[in-house]
Amino acid sequence: MARRAVPISAWAGAATAALVLMLVGLPIAAVAWRAGGWGGLGPADWAALRFTLVQAVLSAFVSVALAVPVARALARRRFRGRGALVLLMGAPFILPVIVAILGLLAVFGRGGILNGLLDALGLPGIQIYGLHGVVLAHVFFNLPLATRLLLQGWESIPQERFRLAANLGMGPREIMRYLEGPMLRERLPAALLVIFLICLSSFAVALTLGGGPRATTLELAIYQAFRFEFDLARAALLALVQLALVVSAGLVALKLGRVAAFGAGRGLIVERWDARGPGYRALDAGLLALAALFVLLPLAMVALRGLPTLASLPPQVWRAALASLGVALASTALCVAAALALASVRRNWGEMAGILGLAISPLVLGTGAFILINPLISPAALALPVTALVNALMALPFALRVIAPEYARTERDFGRLADTLGMRGRARMRYLIWPQMRGAIGFAAGLSAALSMGDLGVIALFADPERATLPLEVYRLMGAYRMQDAAGAGLLLLLLSFGLFALFDWGGRRGA
Amino acid sequence: MKNLAFATSVMACAASVAAADKPELVVYTYDSFVSEWGPGPKIEEAFEAQCDCDLKLVGASDGAALLSRVRLEGERSEADVVLGLDTNLTALAKESGLFAAHGVSADFDLPVAWDDEMFVPYDWGYFAFVHDKDFDAPGSFRELAASDATILIQDPRSSTPGLGLLYWVKAAYGDEAGEVWEGLADNIVTVTKGWSEAYGLFLEGEADMVLSYTTSPAYHLIAEGDSGKAAAAFEEGHYLQVEVAGKLKASDQPELADAFLEFMVTEAFQGVIPTTNWMYPAVTPEGGLPEGFETLVMPSKALLLSEDEAQTVRDDALEEWRAALSR
Repeated sequence: MARRAVPISAWAGAATAALVLMLVGLPIAAVAWRAGGWGGLGPADWAALRFTLVQAVLSAFVSVALAVPVARALARRRFRGRGALVLLMGAPFILPVIVAILGLLAVFGRGGILNGLLDALGLPGIQIYGLHGVVLAHVFFNLPLATRLLLQGWESIPQERFRLAANLGMGPREIMRYLEGPMLRERLPAALLVIFLICLSSFAVALTLGGGPRATTLELAIYQAFRFEFDLARAALLALVQLALVVSAGLVALKLGRVAAFGAGRGLIVERWDARGPGYRALDAGLLALAALFVLLPLAMVALRGLPTLASLPPQVWRAALASLGVALASTALCVAAALALASVRRNWGEMAGILGLAISPLVLGTGAFILINPLISPAALALPVTALVNALMALPFALRVIAPEYARTERDFGRLADTLGMRGRARMRYLIWPQMRGAIGFAAGLSAALSMGDLGVIALFADPERATLPLEVYRLMGAYRMQDAAGAGLLLLLLSFGLFALFDWGGRRGA
Repeated sequence: MKNLAFATSVMACAASVAAADKPELVVYTYDSFVSEWGPGPKIEEAFEAQCDCDLKLVGASDGAALLSRVRLEGERSEADVVLGLDTNLTALAKESGLFAAHGVSADFDLPVAWDDEMFVPYDWGYFAFVHDKDFDAPGSFRELAASDATILIQDPRSSTPGLGLLYWVKAAYGDEAGEVWEGLADNIVTVTKGWSEAYGLFLEGEADMVLSYTTSPAYHLIAEGDSGKAAAAFEEGHYLQVEVAGKLKASDQPELADAFLEFMVTEAFQGVIPTTNWMYPAVTPEGGLPEGFETLVMPSKALLLSEDEAQTVRDDALEEWRAALSR
């Protein structure tokens, strides 16, 4: 990617936005067209809408509120293993839902470690199922993402400002007020938005940890309309409601987010002179240890469960792993190119187009695509390419979240210089954007590769025996009672997604 | 978007198998049927050995998704046969007008009489709560509700067994079903999207019992040599699931489709079912059931709503369930 420059120009952004709009709009329209109109909503749908909103708002706020101190601790400390910790923080996000649920429950469930510990101490056990369980699971998935997004914000504050702050004798409080505050003001709304959006389409996590039909989300209502009632009109309307929610949330976040202008820095490693007292050190160490434990323990359980069967997995699993790798790489290329194109327009519509990928339920997207493709060609033949495309679309909001602020910063700090030098298109990409943004691009690519790897996605709607992805294979093994093999395949999936993620992320950060 | 066009063409090329001259029979079924560990591969081999054709199995996630897909495709569907609906879906399937009558007759070993003109059964099973053998399981829904036993169930809106349980309670208790659900509410640990999640959680020790089939312990016994699982016998009787296949009217291979439905009730197909689909075969093979099946609980009474009843009570039953569990 370094040498083959991505064409960055206004039309590329506009074309990408148009494509995203089409990919989101057409399937909904196709479903409505097939139904012959839009349906109506019943009281149960409104209840689902309420619950969806409540859990998504709670999950977003809790994740981000916890991420602020964790990211700050990471930003102002240097210690052995910091890089590994930053990397590992990406892991929960990329797990397939079912594997993550089992890992979480191995820690927090009725028979989990935590309850075992409480029981040994003679304390009453905790009950994970309920709204708090839903929020806990979503925080597990998203705290790391939020932390990384905010850490990126901290790293965008030029180190000269911290030096100046130290010269002026500023303590942690003043630094929060004059440096970190404005940066958070810029980054928080976007981080909140993206987590809110992920949780909006939550279904299996919300239902399983919510403990029953109280935890019915919009996505489940869409599911019900499709397969329980075959009421396409209602499904289309619900999809439209979801779209409206996402668009309004996006508008609010765009309005709240304000660009923090620190001016250009020389982009050196930030050394910090503040918060050096033992109290602050202990606080940060404690925070990081807690966050690491919270994130890594369930992952360790996934690894433990999968280890015994990892070496003896059936050949189909490896074949599926290969297919998944192909899908992940293709969708990463698509996703990063689209994110760069959208970021380069630096207009609100670019940002909006970027988040639309999360605005559509995978089931509606898949069914719509099915209605559109089916008259032309057998959907099964296109299962893998369609999955790659859809995964790219779903990963786009995250990639854009990572890339857009860095793009804006780069252009703000160096854009005029590049303009005076007449750097455009390819040259600008090569000499300005890439060197300035390789960290962000690497992280974005890592995220989208891993997301695409772990997502069950639309393949379940199209699959045939010859073409399966690894997540689908995990489900198939479970469906055939082979929970042990499924655990092994789940671990393989975790290793592969994490490997891809680490490779891209490390590649981007190395020397950046 | 060059990347996409490129990826698409590469994958499409890689995917296109050399076209055979043989006629192709397309069978839509659920995903666990086509998977390497399901009956699909063996059945494909056996049928192709006798039909001089290419049998193509295409998977959708489960029975309900299968029907949705066929209805979406309508008469343009490339499917010739749909395999994997159950009696809770057949009324809807008939309503769609897409299915044709079959001419299959066989000596079915089903707990109920079978005279459906459109659908041929290929296997069946009873829903049941599965537990560890050393757990003292309740003997009825009322007993379960009164006990502090914990259970995992599936959501009827997204899962076939979940819907089965809904009908089970309805068939056993009729107008009192809502009350029974209220009693069960505090026994339910959680409700999952599908069978796999619930069963996985059960094996992780999240609850005492999980909604599955009376045949589930056979898997552990035969495939894993573990005799530690059992299904609880409920005195109300157990709800029956009969899985069926049907021929599509718009099939371009009607003779082959008929041949497949005939093949379905023969030894070569039925003998594969017990230890791949873990259900009872619709026609018991000559050699009887595999060793281990005799250890399974055999319910004293089979419950099954007729397909019309199932259709009529569905929405009310769902509302009772939702209301009772949403408290």
